[in-house]
Amino acid sequence: MPAFWNWYVIILTVLFIFGCLWLITWSTQQSPDDVAEDETLGHKWDDNIQELNHPAPRWWLYLFYLTIVFAVGYLVAYPGLGNLKGTLGWTQEGQYEKEMQAATERYKSVYDAFSGKDVVALSQDPAAIDVGKSLFANYCSTCHGADARGAKGFPNLTDDDWLYGASPDAIVATITNGRNGVMPALGAALGGEQGLDNMVAYVRSLSGHEGDPASLAAAKPLFDSICAACHGVDGKGNQMLGSANLTDDTWLHGGSPETVRETVLKGRMSEMPPHAELLGEQKILIVAGYIYSLSHAEKTAN
Amino acid sequence: MRHETIEKNINLMIVLIIVVISVGGLVEIVPLTYSSDATEAAEGIAPYPPLRLAGRDIYIREGCYGCHSQQIRPFRSETERYGPYSIAGEFVYDRPFQFGSKRTGPDLARVGRRYSNDWHRLHLTDPRSVVPESNMPSYAWLAEATVDPAEVVAKMRALQTLGDPYTDEQISNAADAVKDRSEMDALIAYLQDLGTNRSSRR
Repeated sequence: MPAFWNWYVIILTVLFIFGCLWLITWSTQQSPDDVAEDETLGHKWDDNIQELNHPAPRWWLYLFYLTIVFAVGYLVAYPGLGNLKGTLGWTQEGQYEKEMQAATERYKSVYDAFSGKDVVALSQDPAAIDVGKSLFANYCSTCHGADARGAKGFPNLTDDDWLYGASPDAIVATITNGRNGVMPALGAALGGEQGLDNMVAYVRSLSGHEGDPASLAAAKPLFDSICAACHGVDGKGNQMLGSANLTDDTWLHGGSPETVRETVLKGRMSEMPPHAELLGEQKILIVAGYIYSLSHAEKTAN
Repeated sequence: MRHETIEKNINLMIVLIIVVISVGGLVEIVPLTYSSDATEAAEGIAPYPPLRLAGRDIYIREGCYGCHSQQIRPFRSETERYGPYSIAGEFVYDRPFQFGSKRTGPDLARVGRRYSNDWHRLHLTDPRSVVPESNMPSYAWLAEATVDPAEVVAKMRALQTLGDPYTDEQISNAADAVKDRSEMDALIAYLQDLGTNRSSRR
């Protein structure tokens, strides 16, 4: 605070405290022409109600003086008078840093037990899974759901279907850097409504849904020339690109003819935000361990 | 006793009441309006670009502040959940600021880039589709309503008059920036930038 405002605050505050002191003292003094205590002030209502001079009790008055003593004590101990720091040296930042320091010390032993372990090892450690579950609830469940089963457009993490791969490294990379899955809008490339309908039937047929043979035959060459670039000729997708496997009947956005149609027509933009700054390296490994355990429970148990 | 002098003289009482209640403001508020901590933009804080400015006004119009605060206090329980605590310099272009006073929903001061645009779209349209236990109302109509470019330009001019450092070029480009954008686009653009001025989030 610049010098002017420093003195401005100090002088106003001190004047105000003395002002309060003076006001209480002055207003409670008896003036010579006052009626004595417990005598009538001369008002009378309804023939039998009178107003007597009853000053507030002394202890009540002392409470006012006590607030002034408190104010002075507070201003000595804590920052308040301009730039004066107070004898306790308290600051808001300092209190926060202290709280963080205490937490770091308290949780250090918990996290130390996990250091040096890889994702697979963490996924088999019940203590790590507990911590991972809490972190997941805070950071991940908003999109992937409290049970990690996902929602429309947000992958289910408990099944065996992985857009970018099920390896620990792939999971850690996904959490750390995020992912951007882009399926372009292909409505125009398929030659109108009929072409679109044919393609929807073809895509669904890859997962075993029945379709009109003529439609499927018409769509196949288009699939091979357009869609196969990302999803592969066999439609099994490519985990390097994050393109979906179309043959397993697991659908990120839904597998109904209407939804598949919407996906092909308008495309999809799927984004997983990066969490490197939110979680930091060690917590990412712990969360990855928890996620890994969800789909590898049986395998890791053995 | 002498307090009668004040109690029986209403004009004197009015003057004294004004003196007493203005001391708090004079000591606590007036110096802050001259303090660089509170009046200079924190690092990475700039006046709102047109689309986000429009989104901010939708945020205010829909009363989002009724359930969402935008102020992270310096407690570990808050910074662990939301990110670094808020500082005064982050709000210099907020007229009015959106601190809020009640958290029915979570604090939004650092919600920017934590979720995808699609997530926000789904969540604003039907909150239960992504957060089953949510009690937030649906704001589906925002997708249908479009932002009025003329209004955004007028708002930027007004803010420029108040001292926000918009350049004339920014204002003349504003109409194009928000043309044909839905109110939902604007609101999401606003939300996705909240609190992202701090590069280290922890």
